[in-house]
Amino acid sequence: MATEILMPALSPTMEEGTLAKWLVKEGDTITSGMILAEIETDKATMEFEAVDEGVMGKFIVAEGSEGVKVNSPIAVLLEEGEDASAVPAAQAAAVEEAAPAGSSDGSAPAPASVPAAPIESKAVEPDVPEGTEFKQQTVREALRDAMAEEMRNDETVYLMGEEVAEYQGAYKVSQGLLDEFGAKRVIDTPITEHGFAGIAVGASFGGLRPIVEFMTFNFAMQAIDQIINSAAKTLYMSGGQMGAPMVFRGPNGAAARVGAQHSQDYAAWYSHIPGLKVVQPYSAMDAKGLLKTAIRDPNPVIFLENEILYGQSFDVPVLDDFTIPFGKARIWREGSDVTIISFGIGMKYALEAADKLAEEGISAEVLDLRTLRPIDYGAIIASVQKTNRVVTVEEGFPVASMGNHISAYIMTHAFDYLDAPVLNCTGKDVLMPYAANLEKHALTSTAEVIDAVKQVTYR
Amino acid sequence: MAAKKSAKPNVSKDELLYHYREMLLIRRFEEKAGQLYGMGLIGGFCHLYIGQEAVVVGLEAAAEEGDKRVTSYRDHGHMLACGMDPKGIMAELTGREGGFSKGKGGSMHMFSKEKHFYGGHGIVAAQVPIGAGLAFADKYLGNDRVTFAYFGDGAANQGQVYETYNMAELWDLPVIFVIENNQYAMGTSVKRSTKSPSLWERGAAYGIPGEEVDGMDVLKVKAAGEKAIAHCRAGKGPYILEVMTYRYRGHSMSDPAKYRTRDEVQKMRDERDPIESVRQMLLTGKHASEEDLKSIDKEIKAIVNEAAEFSKESPEPALEELWTDIYAEA
Repeated sequence: MATEILMPALSPTMEEGTLAKWLVKEGDTITSGMILAEIETDKATMEFEAVDEGVMGKFIVAEGSEGVKVNSPIAVLLEEGEDASAVPAAQAAAVEEAAPAGSSDGSAPAPASVPAAPIESKAVEPDVPEGTEFKQQTVREALRDAMAEEMRNDETVYLMGEEVAEYQGAYKVSQGLLDEFGAKRVIDTPITEHGFAGIAVGASFGGLRPIVEFMTFNFAMQAIDQIINSAAKTLYMSGGQMGAPMVFRGPNGAAARVGAQHSQDYAAWYSHIPGLKVVQPYSAMDAKGLLKTAIRDPNPVIFLENEILYGQSFDVPVLDDFTIPFGKARIWREGSDVTIISFGIGMKYALEAADKLAEEGISAEVLDLRTLRPIDYGAIIASVQKTNRVVTVEEGFPVASMGNHISAYIMTHAFDYLDAPVLNCTGKDVLMPYAANLEKHALTSTAEVIDAVKQVTYR
Repeated sequence: MAAKKSAKPNVSKDELLYHYREMLLIRRFEEKAGQLYGMGLIGGFCHLYIGQEAVVVGLEAAAEEGDKRVTSYRDHGHMLACGMDPKGIMAELTGREGGFSKGKGGSMHMFSKEKHFYGGHGIVAAQVPIGAGLAFADKYLGNDRVTFAYFGDGAANQGQVYETYNMAELWDLPVIFVIENNQYAMGTSVKRSTKSPSLWERGAAYGIPGEEVDGMDVLKVKAAGEKAIAHCRAGKGPYILEVMTYRYRGHSMSDPAKYRTRDEVQKMRDERDPIESVRQMLLTGKHASEEDLKSIDKEIKAIVNEAAEFSKESPEPALEELWTDIYAEA
């Protein structure tokens, strides 16, 4: 019986990859543990080993193919004496679906139950000069470029963290920086978050501008005393004499199937602290413009990234020195019936919900806060005054969430403009489970955002 | 650099007088702070340095202009020894506008960029990686400076100290870890905290050399400091000094110090007092007469009284100060 060899998932968030090279030939005898192919994820090139034994019958995916979906068949393994022509045609057909890069996940769009006039969404263009050229870039590349540009501009900027240098970044955000800037400025640390966070705070007191990469913000809890008691508070405690111009950055929030200790959104935690600035970008453009601003800022900045967003591509302006100021929300789409306020990966649910709601005739304005400290209260209130209904979206826990704070702010400052209570879509009040079905339910979702919008619009 | 050196000439008499004067300033200042605390002029926590004066005075005598220092909340002595104005320190203790942090830091949180004093940290051992970070910056910038990271025997059991040891040696950082072993972490004696026979020897696990120093003898402290500085400036990485000292007062003003006997404290004061021993050296060596020393005492008293007056007269910070210095202007 022929066995299909499937495209493997080589990281928790990998959805597709490039089959860079076959290391065996058709007709070769395959033993378990043999290296069959090199597969590139967006993070690394990995060797792919055989599990089953037999003869390599047929390659379904040719080497060099990009965008091969995880779990799609890439080859057929035959039993001794079996003929390659025995491979059913249907299997070959699966390849075509897998081949085009960036194809959809195959699920057909659900027909709208109520046919309504689709709403024209008017995307609001960000603040770049007329005629600016854009290029597609992943969030990962945008972050790397932001660091590289600022390191070229300012000798005192350096990057330190676990695996940032020789390994090229645990999530490949710092790829290429060691080559360009050398080991003096791109520094691998031992696994010792509390210690290196404290050393970086001291270095910032001493005239440098450290960028500290936490492999994930879950591990920053080991360092939270230095972040809050030393970095955030010194300017105040010294009567303005000295502070900590530095950036703490890294992936934050749930990745995929990594369980409770690796899946927490710290947006509300850090936003609680006077003295810190907190940034949580969604798009690659914002990631780049805001990280450059963060590195130049004379205060400690918490820069919350997201592993799932790292590989996603967005338009990024081609400009020599593109920055985005803190405290300025971005309106992703204008609308009139409801305002959906979000930030970071929550924007994914917000935008998807807005698209689907538009099909049902509900016009949602989508506001991306981008920075949580300072927060653009003006943009929030202006939008509330326009739509009179608000849903907030975030991945963090519900108690003392950003949504709670925003709701309270709106109640205090725009009570008379509200036509419905503000609803908060958040992660559930549970720890992150491992099981795929439970994990999905622990997070918020596009469906929940749609439900919340329908509640506040009484539809 | 030259100015500070000439203030501390290598002449025995002048050097002894310098040490005497500096240590006495700390002692009288702290006694006055204790008095103001008792009068309700100083609030919160107030940790006095009385008994430990030889540690900072000896090490500061070995330091050069531009060298940095960072310490814990028991910081008044360090600030005085590195040349910060007693008026600004006392006014910070009373929470006044004229204080080093404009009244917003208090006893435990003071800083001086000018004197390269980087705090004043209230979290036990947090200053240790910060000190290594200051040294990291100096090395990165190519400054030939060293940093003194002071901490107590209590802090010596914190994990971040060892995380820092590891990186400081790995990266050859010019930092001197000064363990001020005053034998009590608040109320818990070293013997009740660890079975390690000594604290400095723990550095051996990371390859950091060090030594134990008699912290009641200012000349020995200075000599040890010079050796440690030479090691750091030669690019050989960090050095540990475990300075054996003793605090006469409680952990803080509110500590009745029931964990040790009155006799123990008295014996230390009678036999090992760092100021008294320099005083005896000055007198027996005929470097100074009783009269000379009396006039120094008088001078010091005047400086401390002036600081106390200033700390009472300086106004409380303006209410607008509540809202300033949270963020630096971008």
